[in-house]
Amino acid sequence: MNKLSLFLGCITPNRYPGIEKATKLCLDKMDIDCCDLPGASCCPAPGVFRSFDKATWLALAARNIVISEEMKRDVLTICNGCYGSLVDANHELINDPALKKNTNYHLEKIGKSFKGSVEVRHIIELLYDEPGPDSIKEMIMRPIPLRVALHYGCHLVKPSKERDLGSAENPTFFDELIEATGAVSVDYPDKMACCGAGGGVRSALLDKSLEMLNHKLSRIKGAQVDCIVNACPFCHLQFDGGQVEIKEKLGIEYKIPVLHYTQLLGLAFGYQPEELGIDLNLITNKEFFEKLNIITSE
Amino acid sequence: MNESGISSALKEAGLEVLTCMQCGTCTGSCPSGRYTSLNTRRIVRSARTGKNILQDENLWMCTTCYTCQERCPRDIKIADTILTIRTLAVHEGFMLPAHRKVSQLVLESGHAVPINDDVKEKRKKLQMEAIPETVHKYPDALKDVQTLLQSCEFDKLTADK
Repeated sequence: MNKLSLFLGCITPNRYPGIEKATKLCLDKMDIDCCDLPGASCCPAPGVFRSFDKATWLALAARNIVISEEMKRDVLTICNGCYGSLVDANHELINDPALKKNTNYHLEKIGKSFKGSVEVRHIIELLYDEPGPDSIKEMIMRPIPLRVALHYGCHLVKPSKERDLGSAENPTFFDELIEATGAVSVDYPDKMACCGAGGGVRSALLDKSLEMLNHKLSRIKGAQVDCIVNACPFCHLQFDGGQVEIKEKLGIEYKIPVLHYTQLLGLAFGYQPEELGIDLNLITNKEFFEKLNIITSE
Repeated sequence: MNESGISSALKEAGLEVLTCMQCGTCTGSCPSGRYTSLNTRRIVRSARTGKNILQDENLWMCTTCYTCQERCPRDIKIADTILTIRTLAVHEGFMLPAHRKVSQLVLESGHAVPINDDVKEKRKKLQMEAIPETVHKYPDALKDVQTLLQSCEFDKLTADK
C-alpha cells in the first residue's frame, strides 16, 4: 500500500471530530502509514462549487492534491463528497492537458504546480482492497453484534464509470466490511437511495431535503436496526442533525443512532464509544448506549 | 445567454443531450422528484432547446445522486448536464442566496463549514487539538486559498448582488 495523507474536509474536523479521531485510531491499529495533510481546505464540495465555477473547483481541489503530492503520498478521504471532488478533479486534470495548464496558471500564483503523481482513495474502497474484509475480521478484538442499516451514499459508487467499484445498483463491498466487524448488514428498501443532502439542496432547500431524508429514515425504521452506518460525514450530518430537524418540523421522532464506519470499526478494535465520539452526536439513544456498554464491557 | 449558446456550451463540455428519447427513466429514478417539482426528463428536453432553462429553480433541487445518469438507456450524462447548466446560470447571475453565503464562507475561512466554539470543546473532550490541521490552523494556507479564489474571480462571481 502506498503511503497516505488524511484529507479531513470540512464536516469531519469542524462538526464531527469523533470521526477524525476514530479514523486515526483505526489506521494506527491496522499499521497503515497515514499522516496529516496540513493546510488543506474545503475539497471543494462537488455538487455546489463544481456547479458554480469549474475553474475554481479544479484550482482548490488541485491545491489539496498538490500538498499531498509534495509529500509523495496518496490522498485518503473519509467522505463521499470529498472523494467525489478530489478523485474526479484528479482524473480530469491528469487526462486533460488544457485543464491542467489552466489550473497550473492559477496554482503558479501560490508557488504550486499540479503534476498528477498521486491517487485519491476513499477509506472504504481502500480497506476493501487492503487489508480486505477477511484480514479485518482476523484483526478485530471483539465482534460488534449490531443490526446495521448501511448507507453507501451516492458519490462513493457513482458515477460508476469513473469509479470502477462494480454495480452501483447492488454493491456488496461495503456490506462485507460491515460484517467483518461482527455486525449484520440488514437489507432494506431504497438502501441505495440518496440521503437528500447533496447538490446544495440541504443548504438552500432544507424542507425538501428533509422530506427525502424522512423517506429514507422511514425505510430504515421498518428494518428494525440498532443504528445507521455511513462513510460520509455529510450524510452523517444529514442523518443525525436531520432527525432533530424532522422532529421539529414534521413531528416525527426516530432516534436512530448514526455511526461512521471508522467508529464501528473502532468499537471492534476495542475502543470505547466515548473515545470514538459516538456520544457526541445530536441524536442520543439510551437503549443503544446500554447495548454498546454490554458489548464493550464483555 | 441565447438558446444556441446553451446547446453549444453543453456540446463543448462533451455532453450530448440530443439523443434523449424522453423515456422518463431519469424522472422515475429521481429521489428528489418524488418530493419536489424537479422533472429531470423535462430539464433534458429544455437543455436541447435551451429555452428558459437558466432561471429554472428546479436546477437546484438535484442532489447530484447520479441515479439518472446511471440508468439512462442512451448513456446521456444527465447529472453532469444539470451541473453544467447550473454553471451557465451562475455566470448569468442566477444563484440562490444560501449558495452565495456558503461561497463567501469558503472565501473567508477556506471551509464551507467552518469550525465553531462548540466543536472546539468537543475536540478537546476527545483529547484532540481544538483547531484541526487544516487551513484553519495555518494563516498562510488560508492566504493561498484566497489568492486562488481571487485568481479565478470567484469572489466577484459570488459577491452579493
